[in-house]
Amino acid sequence: MWLKDSSIGRKLLMSISGLFLVLFLTFHLVMNFAMVFSPEKGGAYDAICGFLGANWYAVAGTLVLAVGFLVHILYAFILTLQNRKARGNNRYAVTARPKGVEWASQNMLVLGIIVVLGLGLHGYQFWAKMQLPELAHQFGMCIDENVLSNAAYGSYHIAQVFTNPIFVVLYLVWFAAIWFHLTHGFWSAIQTIGWTNLVWLKRWKTISNIYTTLVCLGFAFMAIWFYFTLQ
Amino acid sequence: MDKTINITLKVWRQRGPKEAGKFETYKLNNISTDSSFLEMLDILNEQLVNEDKEPVVFDNDCREGICGMCSLYINGHPHGPDSEITTCQLHMRRFKDGDTITIEPWRSAGFPVIRDLMVDRTAYDKIIQAGGFVSVNAGGAQDANAIPIPKRDADLAMDAASCIGCGACVAACKNGSAMLFVSAKVSQLALLPQGKVEAARRAKSMLAKMDELGFGNCTNTGACEAECPKGVSITNIARLNREFIWAKLKD
Ligand code: HEM
Ligand code: SF4
Ligand code: FES
Repeated sequence: MWLKDSSIGRKLLMSISGLFLVLFLTFHLVMNFAMVFSPEKGGAYDAICGFLGANWYAVAGTLVLAVGFLVHILYAFILTLQNRKARGNNRYAVTARPKGVEWASQNMLVLGIIVVLGLGLHGYQFWAKMQLPELAHQFGMCIDENVLSNAAYGSYHIAQVFTNPIFVVLYLVWFAAIWFHLTHGFWSAIQTIGWTNLVWLKRWKTISNIYTTLVCLGFAFMAIWFYFTLQ
Repeated sequence: MDKTINITLKVWRQRGPKEAGKFETYKLNNISTDSSFLEMLDILNEQLVNEDKEPVVFDNDCREGICGMCSLYINGHPHGPDSEITTCQLHMRRFKDGDTITIEPWRSAGFPVIRDLMVDRTAYDKIIQAGGFVSVNAGGAQDANAIPIPKRDADLAMDAASCIGCGACVAACKNGSAMLFVSAKVSQLALLPQGKVEAARRAKSMLAKMDELGFGNCTNTGACEAECPKGVSITNIARLNREFIWAKLKD
């Protein structure tokens, strides 16, 4: 299969899974804004959480998302290992980053690992307290009444997490890592598909920067906003 | 009167492909700033020969930036600190009195060291042999003027064709990827009517050869473009990606 047996194929898997994650991130951002406008229990944000919950479409979505992440992370490690091997055992004594080469582009795996750590924390704080207990309940497991009654209320969990300054800072670090990852990743994914030329390469780089900054600023703004408004 | 400088060189010495290499330090005095970098190395070698030592082995041929043989990694940059020139076009006026200059071979699994600063770049020849040509049936070639080509395509093809196959792109790449070279060689033909006929086959077989020879997966860092002595653009890599993905989707 050329997708996994050729270098461009492997890159394409990285690119498509990455773009899919970008799309997901965008939806997630839009959804979060409901919490800014309607933070009360049972408000618009909780309505969205209730609508998603552990319904089949939300579970299917979560599965597709998980596959997207798995492909992306799996190939991140495969590509990085293959590339280290291609580089050979002898390292240069002197290296210099040439002009025009982004720092992020040379540290995508490290940035990705920070993203995974953040993802672990995020999943533990939200998914494991919302969709997971509902699912377990549906499968007939015995779940604490309290946990179950809060499961559909995203607003409750947001208030739990974002009133703690330590978590606000951790989330900000996470968003910064995503910013670095995507300022390179976005245009790189387009370049991998082959949608650039002398004019559009520059445009895509600019679009990446603006888009990534807007998304990350949006998330960061909300983390801080919740900290001050939900005390 | 021309200016002269005294410099210290740290040069990678390695007796053979399998042997471990190490840096040797040499001092050179009164080097004219008008001399070229390779002339400076000639002076070093003369000095070594006079001392009954082994001269430093390095590749070079035309010494005017067209053959692609000179391949030195100087102070962290393939072809040295200047942009868009080859090592043989680099001059000593670029350096200051008292400088220490570190000279290394291209380091990449695809380009094993033969000796000292000379590396084996036959991998590039193998990639070209895999499809970097246009098949012509016997008989007289068609008059070139009879085949109209848009100015834009002709220019892009010429820019891609300026690649001299030096390997600086691989040397610069943290992934040891040869994509800039392969994409230049694919583009210079894919853009022209004469090369379009075999474009899909060419992209597939040259890329397969590149992968087989152990070059890495491109992650679009752009170090190749920044260090390429001919300024070959990474938009050629996008064209190769397009050609390749389309060819595979059509299969
Ligand atoms: C919010 C989550 C993430 C998004 C939106 C995202 C997005 C992207 C995009 C768009 C690319 C560019 C693909 C290309 O150049 O073709 C990319 C590359 C990369 N990603 Fe991610 N990524 C995410 C998470 C991760 C994680 C968790 C890891 C690994 C542990 C990771 C590791 C990498 C690596 C190593 C690359 C470089 C490979 C390359 O440039 O080709 N990413 N990412
Ligand atoms: S693309 Fe540039 S750096 Fe690479 S082999 Fe050709 S001339 Fe050398
Ligand atoms: S010796 Fe020919 S390009 Fe430098």
